[in-house]
Amino acid sequence: MSRVRADEEEYWHSSKFRAFTFDDEDDELSQLKESKRAVNSLRDIVDDDDDDLERVSWSGEPVGSISWSIKETASGSTSSLDGRDSSLQKGSSSYAALPKQASSYSLSSLFKGRNKLPSFQSLSDALTDTGVKNYAPELRRPRAEYKDYSSDWSPKDTVRRMQRGKVCSLERFRSLQDKLVLLDEAVAGHDGNVITAVLIFLKRTLRREILFRELEVRQVALCHLIHFLREMGEQKFLLDLLRFLDRTEELALSQYREHLNIQDVEKRREFLKGCIGLPFSAEDTSHIQDHYTLLERQIIIEANDRHLEMAGQSELFRKYPRKASILNMPLVTTLFYSCFYHYTEAEGMFSSPTNLKKTFKIPDKQYVLTALAARAKLRAWGDVDALLTTKNWLGYTKKKAPIGFHRVVEILQRNSAPVQVLQEYVRLVEDVETRLNLATKYKCHDVVIETYRDLKDRIQLTAYKCKVERGSAEEEKINSILNN
Amino acid sequence: MAAHLSSGRVNLTALREAGRRELREFLDKCAGSKAIVWDEYLTGPFGLIAQYSLLKEHEVEKMFTLKPGRLPPADVKNIIFFVRPKLELMDIITDNVLREDRGRSPQRDFHILFVPRRSLLCEQWLKEQGVLGSFIHREQYSLDLIPFDGDLLSMESESAFKECYLESDQTSLYHAAKGLMTLQALYGTIPQIFGKGDCARHVANMMIRMKREFPGSQNSIFPVFDTLLLLDRNVDLLTPLATQLTYEGLIDEIYGIQNTYVKLPPEKFAPKKQGEGGKDLPTEPKKLQLNSAEELYAEIRDKNFNAVGSVLSKKAKIISAAFEERHHAKTVGEIKQFVSQLPHMQAARSSLANHTSIAELIKDITTSEDFFDNLTVEQEFMSGIDTDKVNNYIEDCIAQKHPLIKILRLVCLQSVCNSGLKQKVLDYYKREILQTYGYEHILTLNNLEKAGLLKPQTGGRNNYPTIRKTLRLWMDDVNEQNPNDISYVYSGYAPLSVRLAQLLARPGWRSIEEVLKMLPGPHFEERQQLPTGLQKKRQHGENRVTLVFFLGGVTYAEIAALRFLSQMEDGGTEYVIATTKLINGTTWIKSLMEKLEPAPF
Repeated sequence: MSRVRADEEEYWHSSKFRAFTFDDEDDELSQLKESKRAVNSLRDIVDDDDDDLERVSWSGEPVGSISWSIKETASGSTSSLDGRDSSLQKGSSSYAALPKQASSYSLSSLFKGRNKLPSFQSLSDALTDTGVKNYAPELRRPRAEYKDYSSDWSPKDTVRRMQRGKVCSLERFRSLQDKLVLLDEAVAGHDGNVITAVLIFLKRTLRREILFRELEVRQVALCHLIHFLREMGEQKFLLDLLRFLDRTEELALSQYREHLNIQDVEKRREFLKGCIGLPFSAEDTSHIQDHYTLLERQIIIEANDRHLEMAGQSELFRKYPRKASILNMPLVTTLFYSCFYHYTEAEGMFSSPTNLKKTFKIPDKQYVLTALAARAKLRAWGDVDALLTTKNWLGYTKKKAPIGFHRVVEILQRNSAPVQVLQEYVRLVEDVETRLNLATKYKCHDVVIETYRDLKDRIQLTAYKCKVERGSAEEEKINSILNN
Repeated sequence: MAAHLSSGRVNLTALREAGRRELREFLDKCAGSKAIVWDEYLTGPFGLIAQYSLLKEHEVEKMFTLKPGRLPPADVKNIIFFVRPKLELMDIITDNVLREDRGRSPQRDFHILFVPRRSLLCEQWLKEQGVLGSFIHREQYSLDLIPFDGDLLSMESESAFKECYLESDQTSLYHAAKGLMTLQALYGTIPQIFGKGDCARHVANMMIRMKREFPGSQNSIFPVFDTLLLLDRNVDLLTPLATQLTYEGLIDEIYGIQNTYVKLPPEKFAPKKQGEGGKDLPTEPKKLQLNSAEELYAEIRDKNFNAVGSVLSKKAKIISAAFEERHHAKTVGEIKQFVSQLPHMQAARSSLANHTSIAELIKDITTSEDFFDNLTVEQEFMSGIDTDKVNNYIEDCIAQKHPLIKILRLVCLQSVCNSGLKQKVLDYYKREILQTYGYEHILTLNNLEKAGLLKPQTGGRNNYPTIRKTLRLWMDDVNEQNPNDISYVYSGYAPLSVRLAQLLARPGWRSIEEVLKMLPGPHFEERQQLPTGLQKKRQHGENRVTLVFFLGGVTYAEIAALRFLSQMEDGGTEYVIATTKLINGTTWIKSLMEKLEPAPF
């Protein structure tokens, strides 16, 4: 596997195993090639006793493992499972309707009065008696801490208690000063859970400008808030924040990201149009512009083609019905589509390949590759020929392939082009070795023979004779060359 | 069952035992019969801690997967949700609870166990939905470091890298520090801490702070670990991008190993008994557990794949010779002895059969033309050839619409091996990718740029050649069969991260100060004082034990390289590996990609 290709012969030779002979088994066993078969043959001798091994079900999960048991215990109530499945579907629809309330958290209500919940009491009650002195492995929170006190905790203590999963009231922190100390303590603790909780509190109790201003000098907290806003889908708040911070590029990308949530294509297009003016980097701006233009084109093409297809007039659409709509497909896919269904259209048409090529400045290489694949798929060999033919200023024609003729051959072969077509391009492959390889592989006998002739390689030519049909034109050709 | 955990230098069974105890205690809090509703992602990690039998002993009668809709009507007293603190999961739980039939009797009690942390945000969310009050117990189960093998621990936190480097959210580092405190509680205070990178610095700071804040945690356990090495993933962005070439690494690259399990195409695994089922092959993937409890796997997992074939055939010879013995067993005693060995032989036989099949599957791929071409380009980049211009192979792959992740891996690799791409080259790749795969991927490209994986070269300086030469990252004469250097794991490239660990042990980082400065983030050393009674007096010839913690993920090939160093004669150091997540280039890049599909519900 090193850069120089490993000597493959030798490589697996080592595992080609010939030494197995079981004199009481049948003869085939002496021919064993690989260890696997040797191993398989031993099955009969031993397989009757499984008990000593860990039992493994077919899926490989040891019997008794957790995921195995989920299947097992769940399948114990199949009828209920069915019931669940049906309700699942209903569930998922009503599911989308669950409101993702974006703002107005009342953390205070969460934090206050928590200790009134009966659960908490029973919990701490149940725990107070057990031995707290459990020195060495300090794996659990000291049990006494389950109790909640309403006394005043310092910002530091508050943060520490929250880190341990305890609930604390933050409402006591009234002054800006106190709130910021609390935030700084939370940040110093590195626990995102606590930082976010404090941020939610600040977000609710501070004016935006003040919150933004203070976060600007607290980068870690700022990152957490941005992450939080993104997670909760509070897009407007997020954009305000980024605008305040003058993080224009991030702002632009954040806004652009929104288009993914818009299912309706018309609305999506409108939205993308609005994105063009956003402060992206120069390079990105042109991509966003292209994205918009592409979707705009796709909408036009789609409307047109759906109509065509339904009308059933176009033979092309009848013969090759579209598998999917072209909406939201990448540019290259769109180009392929247009080369497939709209190849001959005039450049003025939005759906014509040449128009796409111009509008999006698709490089020659990419264009030829895509057009070739599309035309070959339709077995339009004439188009393939035209695509690769160029005229020079004297009017002479010449075959040219910006992607290299070996790639042309590959693509044609994949679309099962006949040998006559294939061989024309194999002949044009410049590198002799590649040409020979391809010609041999795809049985383009003429090319092989001519190449050996040009190389004056009698030995190879003679050897090749056995590869062509006896009495065929190719054999004759070889003979005549050899005789000269 | 957990024998493989105690096979290493450090007995990790204790850690597992601690986890089991905590689980039992929680279950006992919810008195009476119970059903567990699982966040499916968690069953894998939990499976490494406990089996169903343990749960059953504590009256867990049913288990279900978390799904929207009505909960199955199991006749139990308690319903316990085992979930990660994620908002979308809270939505499902809410739905479950709201659909519960209030009229049923007896009523079922609800509880939530958050893994690995209780989250105020999630509880807030539940409250907004009006269901928070329905839960009697809301607790956390801090599954920080899960023992995967005798020398391997993982937090299995898949988004750790993204959170740390894209979102500047250091919560996973907080968990890492907590996990390390747990380890120290069980295995003694680690006297020496080294680190490289910003995250490493943070974790060390947190550990020191936690120790100060909980003086009670000063323990009297004799330290098992001599050294802790904290390494940021972004110090070595290169290694995960390269295709791993060890046996285990390739299994992971091709099929993906999850929580020590791998799912394989079933065709190569014939039904267990011949003649049974006849021709119809199983259609379900074959699932196998891979860890060092399996003797053969322990032997071959870390070898270069090119060295696996010969081991397998040797084993086949030995096994068939062992079975041959039965012909020579004449006396009753001899036959009895043969029979007593049968179970062991059969286990070895089925293990060999499995691995021969897996090796065949992998070989089909590694001998393919595309695998070879891809590898050639990777190796060119890593050895510094043509990293500053548009690569033909990458261009071809884009034209043929190979999977986007593959393209991104290669382009990022090129960028890292060139300390950033020339603006023109970068723009070209970007354009090709966006035109072929869709403009929306501009978001992903941006993420990669932010993470430093794909960037324009700044200042026109390429540091990589200096780093490569000083750290000897590229070895031309690599021996795959009998390696003498860690570079065998990538057939030529020596993983930078592991080289840093190796050089730290000998001769020390002072020798590479210059290169360390070129890599991102600070490097540092801290010492934790031990009471005099606990200070180690090393026996002559006794190896040091170093815990290497990879913040942001580690690959199987890197683990193999560290194991190779552990086994080196006169190496002097044995390694235990911890990480936030076991990764490969594909899963890693995936974690950085923008999610383009809307959430499934």
